[in-house]
Amino acid sequence: MMNEMQILEGSKAVALTVRSCRVDVISAYPITPQTHIVEDLAQMVADGETDAEYIKVESEFSALSALVGASAAGARTYSSTTSQGLALMFEVLFNASGMRLPIVMTTVNRSLSAPLSIWNDQQDSISVRDAGWIQLYAENNQETSDLLPIAYKVAEDKDILLPAMCCMDGFVLTHTFEPVEIPEQSLVDEFLPSYQPKYVLDPKNPLTFGAYADPSIYMEFRYQQHDAMLKAYEKFEEVAKEFEKVFGRKYDLVEEYKIEDAEIVLISMGSIVGTMKDAVDELRKGGEKVGILKIISYRPFPAEKIYEAIKDAKVVVVLEKDVSVGMEGGLLSDIKSFMYNREDRPPIVGFSVGLGGRDVTIGDIKGLVSKVKRAEAEEFEFLNLRREVL
Amino acid sequence: MKLLPGGIVKPKTTVANKTGAWRTFIPIYDEDKCKKCGICETFCPEDCISVDENEFRHPDYDFCKGCGICAEECPADAIEMKYEEKE
Amino acid sequence: MSLFAQGHTACGGCGMPIAVKLVLGGSGENSIVVSPTGCLEVTSTRYPQSAWGVPWIHSLFENAAAVASGIETALKVKGKKANVLVIGGDGATVDIGIRALSGMFERGHNVTYVCYDNEAYMNTGVQRSGSTPYGASATTSPAGKLSFGEDKPKKDTPAIAAAHGIPYVATASVGYPKDIVKKVKKAQEIVGPKYIQILAPCPTGWRFDGSKTIKLAKLAVETALFPVYEIENGEITKVKKIKERKPVEEYLKLQGRFKHLFKENKDQIEVIQKMADANAEKFGLDG
Ligand SMILES: Cc1ncc(C[n+]2csc(CCOP(=O)(O)OP(=O)(O)O)c2C)c(N)n1
Ligand code: SF4
Ligand code: SF4
Ligand code: SF4
Ligand SMILES: [Mg+2]
Repeated sequence: MMNEMQILEGSKAVALTVRSCRVDVISAYPITPQTHIVEDLAQMVADGETDAEYIKVESEFSALSALVGASAAGARTYSSTTSQGLALMFEVLFNASGMRLPIVMTTVNRSLSAPLSIWNDQQDSISVRDAGWIQLYAENNQETSDLLPIAYKVAEDKDILLPAMCCMDGFVLTHTFEPVEIPEQSLVDEFLPSYQPKYVLDPKNPLTFGAYADPSIYMEFRYQQHDAMLKAYEKFEEVAKEFEKVFGRKYDLVEEYKIEDAEIVLISMGSIVGTMKDAVDELRKGGEKVGILKIISYRPFPAEKIYEAIKDAKVVVVLEKDVSVGMEGGLLSDIKSFMYNREDRPPIVGFSVGLGGRDVTIGDIKGLVSKVKRAEAEEFEFLNLRREVL
Repeated sequence: MKLLPGGIVKPKTTVANKTGAWRTFIPIYDEDKCKKCGICETFCPEDCISVDENEFRHPDYDFCKGCGICAEECPADAIEMKYEEKE
Repeated sequence: MSLFAQGHTACGGCGMPIAVKLVLGGSGENSIVVSPTGCLEVTSTRYPQSAWGVPWIHSLFENAAAVASGIETALKVKGKKANVLVIGGDGATVDIGIRALSGMFERGHNVTYVCYDNEAYMNTGVQRSGSTPYGASATTSPAGKLSFGEDKPKKDTPAIAAAHGIPYVATASVGYPKDIVKKVKKAQEIVGPKYIQILAPCPTGWRFDGSKTIKLAKLAVETALFPVYEIENGEITKVKKIKERKPVEEYLKLQGRFKHLFKENKDQIEVIQKMADANAEKFGLDG
């Protein structure tokens, strides 16, 4: 059976894949730049191209809340949001993961207000990294599509039961047309069987969901979530192998690019990695030993894989589209913290880049690498600040 | 008991919780006065009043909190709240 | 035993569990219940125990209507049939959850939303809600040197519900158990969103002896402070008539939350009486 290669807008690729995952209930609220995804899904429902029901909720808060109910009732569920919408969902994010409901959501990455900005960075999803959701980041639209069935399969595994967010950069991916292979329905069905949860809201077996926990048991709830997230690490590897068997495309929690002999290792997540690859190609031509470690899975955090990839580097540079204000980038902190107790740890520096949609060019990345080489980089800094206005 | 994912709980398991221990006053039912109307049963917030084969009502003292609603609402004055001596 | 088991930890004499067992009596075993955070949730589901004999879910304080929307939709997709209900407090309903509630109404979900109205945030210590009546002293609308307690009238949530054009809106009181069962049964037969608000006195928050719960639940109706009626497709179709309407004092004087009115704020009792008169007039309660 052939998979069809199509030139598609990223949002459309997501919508088509959601359909092929045979989602039962979709519940979402529009917000730029996620709108095309939900419009496409609404159109599919309107045209009878899917059996899913679309709940036209009045807010993101209700979008995710409705999926809590639908998932507990045994449905495969999907939502998508971004930025302000994700922030509005904050309380429900923790609730869904604590109740161990494998909801899958596309988080379109966009900056947070104030000041209002509809453009891309990853502050939104990084800010909810502790919410107990699996977080996967796509570099291109083939990945935005492929990571969805993978996310469902990992999330719904009986040993995992965690919600998952597939992150894609706003506009950069959602609004860009690229060739994407949308997987054949029969192959998706083979890879991703229907969701059969063990416990559901059912009058024949009247269970209670969402009891409250006193101090004698709350920690164990949290530990179980933590443990499931740790287990999701190997589950992802396992599921990715099955995915490769069926679809021929290979995924891992991280992806290495020209890293074997690299003295400088750049680490990042999302679409910026595409630009970084071009920059590295050019730098390599000039004899620079630079490589890239792309993080696909931010949660579960691939600590061991990162360690293996960077332990022999002379310097590690983390580029990320977020900042923990007054501290540094979240990814940078995470990497530094687990490397601290290792013996062979290279120096690690970090840059906040592209906040609020600021362009990051090949030239920017080459400049940043040369700055690091000259040992002029700060431990953490903002790239390309317009100093003249400050 | 093993913690299920998300802390799912079995139905009607509060029955292990004997709330009768909260009681200060205890309702005493007088069958001679009882008109078997069932009002006490309907209003009991603990839902702990049962009916016997003769249609007399009996509170389950394991759960009765001694609120006094049954005594207050009984149209036949068949229930008396008494201070409960506890050892 | 009903579908709401013994061993729950509501205060003795609480009106809420009375409402719950009657609602479940009306809806039956084939029900799925959502409850928001509040006294009901906390007194019925402390892990690892549950009082519920029907499938039940608690998610958050302000999203029960949305959770119920999701359950109803999932059942539809899966081709299953069950009565989906929300049973939630007034704070969860008329204040923080009203966005989700409005959305559920507007979208037409086949859900019966029951608000047990104890007229304040009881679970967190008797703070005022939009449903707290005029003149009541609550911990965030306390009576004081410059205050006679809550200075806004009770929010007219049934009217807000009815304004959504939903097929069925009703009020009820735990003082009239058969009426509750009847209304829930009726609601289950109507397809679409249903809203039932049940007055459920709270001895702890209203400060009265727990044996008087039913008495107060009736007095609220007999004074016309809590009118009992049905609205079907926007029309008032039925009201509970009052034979001999009682003065509001009879209701107020039994409760600690109104005690201050009988000292410095006698004029406010007249204001409350006028509110009751207006209710009687509006709904045609007398007779
Ligand atoms: C978002 C949020 N805000 C506040 C609270 C705290 N809170 C929990 S229950 C409650 C009051 C509940 O009032 P109501 O809905 O009337 O139910 P009752 O306890 O009176 O039965 C409050 C304020 C919360 N849990 N979540
Ligand atoms: S005193 Fe209260 S709890 Fe006890 S039987 Fe009577 S109504 Fe029920
Ligand atoms: S309310 Fe009184 S008369 Fe009626 S059944 Fe109960 S005890 Fe008997
Ligand atoms: S505080 Fe009031 S509503 Fe809450 S359990 Fe006690 S009596 Fe019932
Ligand atoms: Mg309340």
